[in-house]
Amino acid sequence: MEIIRIPILKIEDFLIASIQTALHDVQAMDFKDSLLQRIYETKAKGVILDLTAIDVLDSFVGRLINDISQMSNLMGAKVVITGLQPAVAITLVELGLELPQVLTALNLEKGIAALRRATELAVHGRV
Amino acid sequence: MAESKVITISSDLDIVAARMVARDTARALGFGAIDQARIATAISELARNIYLYAGEGSVTVKEATNGLRRGIEVVCEDRGPGIKDISLVMQDGYTSSKGMGMGLPGAKRLMDEFEINSKVGIGTKVTCRKWAR
Ligand SMILES: Nc1ncnc2c1ncn2[C@@H]1O[C@H](COP(=O)(O)OP(=O)(O)OP(=O)(O)O)[C@@H](O)[C@H]1O
Ligand SMILES: [Mg+2]
Repeated sequence: MEIIRIPILKIEDFLIASIQTALHDVQAMDFKDSLLQRIYETKAKGVILDLTAIDVLDSFVGRLINDISQMSNLMGAKVVITGLQPAVAITLVELGLELPQVLTALNLEKGIAALRRATELAVHGRV
Repeated sequence: MAESKVITISSDLDIVAARMVARDTARALGFGAIDQARIATAISELARNIYLYAGEGSVTVKEATNGLRRGIEVVCEDRGPGIKDISLVMQDGYTSSKGMGMGLPGAKRLMDEFEINSKVGIGTKVTCRKWAR
């Protein structure tokens, strides 16, 4: 099978991953593992998952994204999903998928702003 | 656009292939972006069920007509274990695996017509349609 690497970039305390192609189940699970590993290695405080290029999100990938958020949270990193297309958002809701663990923002810029707020709150919360 | 396309499902790669064929066919039939996503998502759920519960099967995509109405018809068929209680599996949240139990009821909501025929030990056939507006 074709191996697709999803680049995970680091900017300040945040990781940014942009999914550019339809993922097979195995690729999606590999991505989850490598993202969690990168969070651990880089001690990132936040992650942006950019889904601008995704045109179908079914229950499998939906649940995976929810799991990624929950697991990242446990590791101290907040996850924000950005760039969800209108058709994808509508379909997710009609399918009946709730993603309770997931924060969303309209685009990358707003996603970074949301992460900054979330991580600052967490810092002040702890003091 | 009269001929049908058959996708054999035997690995997780075929799930992506099936939903791409469904989306391309829907686009060619004049469905808008949101309906294309609905159709592709429903087919992704049904194809994944074939792969997960039956191991292999097929997805057939073709144009549907009913009087003046035009649409898409997708038949998902397998010779897997079959389903004992259809009303049970159509409930939101029922799963026999570690899924979310949203695949079948969700696919039904995303399409206009949805029928399941299943016999234990024989297999399962899901036929669904969506009409262009
Ligand atoms: N083709 C099939 N053959 C045999 N059993 C099936 C088939 N499709 C679905 N089922 C049964 O119906 C149940 C419900 O299916 P559904 O797709 O709604 O949820 P799921 O696959 O368990 O979880 P999800 O799709 O949300 O990940 C399944 O758990 C399985 O027991
Ligand atoms: Mg399912």
